[in-house]
Amino acid sequence: MASALHISGIRKTFGSGDKTVEVLKRIDIDVAAGEFLILVGPSGCGKSTLLSIIAGLDDPTEGEIRIGHRNVVGVAPAQRDIAMVFQSYALYPTMSVAENIGFALEMRKVPRADREKRIAEVAAMLQITHLLDRRPAQLSGGQRQRVAMGRALARQPQLFLFDEPLSNLDAKLRVEMRAEIKRLHQASGITSVYVTHDQIEAMTLGSRIAVMKDGVLQQLGTPDDIYSRPANTYVASFIGSPTMNMIAGSTNKTLAGGLFDIKEASLPLAGPAGGEALLGVRPEHISLSGDAPWRGEVSVVEPTGADTFVVVKTAAGDITVRTSPQTQAKPGDAVGLQISAGHVNWFDAVSGVRL
Amino acid sequence: MIAKNFSRVLIYGVLLLAAVLFLAPMYVMLATSFKDAEEIRSGNLLSLPNGLNFEAWTLAWSSACTGTDCRGLQPFFWNSVLIVFPAVLISTLWGAVNGYVLSLWKFRGSDLLFGFMLFGVFMPFQVVLLPMSQVLGWLGISSSVGGLIFVHCLAGLAGTTLFFRNYYAAVPKELVNAARIDGAGFWRIFVRIIVPLSTPIVMVTLIWQFTNIWNDFLFGVAFSGADSKPITVGLNNMVNTSSSVKNYNVDMAAAVIAGLPTMLIYVLAGQYFVKGLTAGAVKG
Repeated sequence: MASALHISGIRKTFGSGDKTVEVLKRIDIDVAAGEFLILVGPSGCGKSTLLSIIAGLDDPTEGEIRIGHRNVVGVAPAQRDIAMVFQSYALYPTMSVAENIGFALEMRKVPRADREKRIAEVAAMLQITHLLDRRPAQLSGGQRQRVAMGRALARQPQLFLFDEPLSNLDAKLRVEMRAEIKRLHQASGITSVYVTHDQIEAMTLGSRIAVMKDGVLQQLGTPDDIYSRPANTYVASFIGSPTMNMIAGSTNKTLAGGLFDIKEASLPLAGPAGGEALLGVRPEHISLSGDAPWRGEVSVVEPTGADTFVVVKTAAGDITVRTSPQTQAKPGDAVGLQISAGHVNWFDAVSGVRL
Repeated sequence: MIAKNFSRVLIYGVLLLAAVLFLAPMYVMLATSFKDAEEIRSGNLLSLPNGLNFEAWTLAWSSACTGTDCRGLQPFFWNSVLIVFPAVLISTLWGAVNGYVLSLWKFRGSDLLFGFMLFGVFMPFQVVLLPMSQVLGWLGISSSVGGLIFVHCLAGLAGTTLFFRNYYAAVPKELVNAARIDGAGFWRIFVRIIVPLSTPIVMVTLIWQFTNIWNDFLFGVAFSGADSKPITVGLNNMVNTSSSVKNYNVDMAAAVIAGLPTMLIYVLAGQYFVKGLTAGAVKG
């Protein structure tokens, strides 16, 4: 199937001469129809600028955006067949909820009867029928969020854009709305691009995730790719909480099975050829075991309910281990650490690129 | 307790004194306007009139003489009305569009342009008198009501732009972006989304402009013709018309008539003025 959204070679610079700032450095992303693409990264990584360029609110310095078969660079936002949900919701303050939802249809000269039918459908879908006559100022944060979603849904666009839509909600509501967005996406099947800085939102919502940093696409892949096979140490540390353990060391070829020498210990892992490397292991792939040869001392025990994270101080640095809440470990205990050999990641010691 | 009461009394005393000082001229004007010539000559400046005698008001309004023209203030009053309504409406609307562009549709150099416009707020208008009269001449509207409307629109534009620009600076840009994606254009966004938000600042601007233009004397005296003089100029000419006796009661009535519309506007819409100046960001 043709890609629903094709981003190729997008560059964006601000300023000129010596003060030129390059916010996006050649971004290429292909989004298949029905996909839910997440743009994730720290603030200032260019993700929101990229979304603005897709929406047509900003023009790229270079590159091409295709929605369906159409190159839309230079096309007005209204003509791109997109709908967008903003961080501040951007509801029209002087219009009722119904007028807000129907505004885009009104601008497109949809007859009143059809418009009202569509407003009623969308309101029912989002369970906001009882709010239709209210003004945005009379709504709670969660209700405004629903109206903003409704305004986007009413249009049945080719492409949905979300700009950190959940970041103004409290934690409980955020989880609810996250599930709601996922449900709506599954029901509508409309291709979506979603910007967030929250890695949990990225993992739970995305069918694919694009991790960005400093205007460069670091990795593009499924949540599982990103989590289990991060392309570099930046992605590895950005996704996952607590973050992946990084252990510096070098490959030792003296033993047939392979050894990885780290500070004051050797791990029975076949390291990459060529000496120095970084070993990346998620907390859930290390376990505490009384007799393992790699030793350390428990420094912090953090229960989170379902899991307990134990931070172990070793000669090679602090290592976080995920254990069951029943763990007996307490600060000061001497423990051994066991790595699950099937789940290790190797990174270049200098560039941080996955080996 | 006594000390507290004392300070209360002191505060009220000072406030009362200030009020009396500010209201005294107003009182003298009103009281004198209701007296006849005999009362004024024999009585005290501060004494109450013997009754509500509207003779001076009628004279001032319709038959007092300015030079040889004895039609009272009436023609000047209607000139002012003809000038003030279009000038206030046009300058307010124009300022609103300017503010909308300068805050929500910024372009390269728009902040610089706004900086230049700010000059207009602080520039003494005496500076533009000569060039302006040239321009009015070129446009063929010198010495006319139309010319005065034009001058007041231009002179007020910097101020109205400033008001609207600062008010709209608090409007989130996302609102405009959402409307652009929804399919509304520049004017549609202005009319459907921005103008409905603007009631407080529109009230402020209307009051501000009405007061400025109604009370204007400089442009009125410099750019008006024989039949386009505004009320401030009319009042001045009437009071300065030399006659054997000074009709203080008529002069006072005329001055009150000249000042009445602005007072009325403030009484009717003054609450919006304060509210509008302190109105915060848009909720939504």
